[in-house]
Amino acid sequence: MSTLIKGARPYGEEAVDLLLDGGVIAAVGTDLPADGAQVVDGSGLVALPGLVDLHTHLREPGREDAETVETGSRAAALGGFTAVHAMANTDPVADTAGVVEQVWRLGQQAGLVDVVPVGAVTVGLRGERLAELGAMADSAARVRVFSDDGHCVADPALMRRALEYVKALDGVVAQHAEEPRLTVGAQMNEGDRSARLGLTGWPAAAEEAVIARDVLLAGHVGARLHVCHVSTAGSVEILRWAKSRGVQVTAEVTPHHLLLTDECAETYDPVFKVNPPLRTDADVQALRAGLADGTIDAVATDHAPHAVEDKESEWAAARPGMLGLEQALAIVVQTMVEPGLLDWRGVADRMSVRPAAIGRLDGHGRPLAVGEPANLLLLDPTHRATVDPAALASRSRNSPYAGRELPGRVVATFLRGVPTVLDGKATK
Amino acid sequence: MKRHLLEAGDLDRADATLVLDTAAQIEQALAGREVKKLPTLRGRTVVNLFFEDSTRTRISFELAAKRLSADVINFSAKGSSVSKGESLKDTALTLEAMGADGIVVRHGASGAPHRLAHWVRGSVVNAGDGTHEHPTQALLDAYTIRQRLGRLDGVRVAVVGDVLHSRVARSNVWLLSTLGAEVTLVAPPTLLPVGVGSWPVTVSYDLDAVLPKADVVMMLRVQAERMNASFFPSAREYSRRYGLDAHRMAALPDDAIVMHPGPMNRGMEIAAEVADSARSTIVDQVGNGVSVRMAVLYLLLGGAPE
Repeated sequence: MSTLIKGARPYGEEAVDLLLDGGVIAAVGTDLPADGAQVVDGSGLVALPGLVDLHTHLREPGREDAETVETGSRAAALGGFTAVHAMANTDPVADTAGVVEQVWRLGQQAGLVDVVPVGAVTVGLRGERLAELGAMADSAARVRVFSDDGHCVADPALMRRALEYVKALDGVVAQHAEEPRLTVGAQMNEGDRSARLGLTGWPAAAEEAVIARDVLLAGHVGARLHVCHVSTAGSVEILRWAKSRGVQVTAEVTPHHLLLTDECAETYDPVFKVNPPLRTDADVQALRAGLADGTIDAVATDHAPHAVEDKESEWAAARPGMLGLEQALAIVVQTMVEPGLLDWRGVADRMSVRPAAIGRLDGHGRPLAVGEPANLLLLDPTHRATVDPAALASRSRNSPYAGRELPGRVVATFLRGVPTVLDGKATK
Repeated sequence: MKRHLLEAGDLDRADATLVLDTAAQIEQALAGREVKKLPTLRGRTVVNLFFEDSTRTRISFELAAKRLSADVINFSAKGSSVSKGESLKDTALTLEAMGADGIVVRHGASGAPHRLAHWVRGSVVNAGDGTHEHPTQALLDAYTIRQRLGRLDGVRVAVVGDVLHSRVARSNVWLLSTLGAEVTLVAPPTLLPVGVGSWPVTVSYDLDAVLPKADVVMMLRVQAERMNASFFPSAREYSRRYGLDAHRMAALPDDAIVMHPGPMNRGMEIAAEVADSARSTIVDQVGNGVSVRMAVLYLLLGGAPE
């Protein structure tokens, strides 16, 4: 099966034709002949390498009522992703080769994106002893990213060992930076708004203290560290300092932390409850600047589907987390591209190239060039639409963007040359 | 007036004054009457929805509604969706189906009355939500101050104690400043929220420095368990630095009053001889609570049923 994309603009640059054949980009040029290939009109569309998410909760196994590998894969494809890392906090936890292989196979069966399982760092995410990291790395799932996400690897000695151990696996520990003793009962960012709302505060220092500790540990043992969902201005400063010292640290920011602030909590609507919490406008500005200058390497969704009953409640009783896969690119366009903080090559770098490199994914994050894997998306950047949670492909509805008008529409996504999205609709 | 009373910020100065004036009128209308009852809310239903035990607040609201001739249902729903009992939303829909005109809600989670207000057509009155607000307590406190001192404008109010966890403090900060009082919060720094600097108040860590310039001292309940989380070293040390005893009370100006929302920890934040002194308004506050809650229910529900 071959596809000819007519007149799309790679990285928003000169319009060209792209011929996808045999799973790769077979030709790039002007006026390429169709020769029986399926023709896709790319005029006015920006072509980008398929997006790679380092941080997705697919909920399977365990909470198939909130999301499955298949529904989450469909949401991902519609968002322009060709690979997603599935977080380990499932039930059972992905802390053995058996569970990660199960998730990986479910992803293969769905066939909409490459589902790359993340392995738990510690058994049962309990933060007590290391899970069998090597077995997960050697499994069919080829795990390279390890994370107890949802929980911090809080014990400094255990964190040090994890950082050291995964060096042998070419792996990376993705830390959920949250000092648990500083966030007991925490509900939202600690500051002016939490004081007034009477919701227990989650201080920025609880994140920053762990990041500071971990970059020192990573530097000391010469290991790779990845920091999940950076949310504060102080964290960006620490990361900038660590990188200047040569520490092998990478970091991600979520779309919601690039757009939303703790002002959203004033509604007490738990759709805005997330961990780490939405922060202040000053934090949002610092995160955008950090993403623009590369201190923050990647945008990662932290897509966290939740069943209606887990969100339609009082704030304190609700589960933290929000959907992100289908709107991630739109948020980046709004917060980074439209204000001139990132160009399209920058978007490709932060949403595809660098996350693929962090996850050691060979076939993703590659340039749009002849001979490269045909993992790409076509975006209509001028399109604007209002988010309707009921229309999302995710099984859950907890989108914080409901009713917001956002820019950009993913018109098509190709996974190794096969369209997973065409005309803005999933192909299966 | 807005349809709900969820927080003190729902009341502007005119609304708040209207509530206090209405409470005074109700008190006058009932004074000396053998049957302490007004027919105003006859045929209307008020539900007291209490997810947390609070006998005194529930009784106060119950009496208020009954004195206005409303039908009162007490709905004690201990355990929320957290414990996988009936969810707040299901409870709301049940009350909605039963046609509740007013819902008085006490809940352990901040913001629960706000959620409830989304799901019901009746008026929601916040009777205390988590560590957020307790607006009718602030109204009865303001009423009591005005009754005793004759004014609120320029009155210097010291609120002393566990501000961090206190819904009473939050409601009083906003309501009293709306009404023109000058509020000073006095507490150890551990019991003040980060972000208190954005409130329209003065903050002090030194009770002895504040007392000579206070017209009102409002003592907050302090739970001794807080010392287990290191908010203060011991109940004794707390009491020594922030408790109001007879010696400290003597530093107050002559006509200053001492308030407490109850229930009191005698010997902890307030000494028995202070609580029982002539300056103490603690018993007045309880009585005024009924009048103020009658005023709130009357103003929110008083319109004739459709």
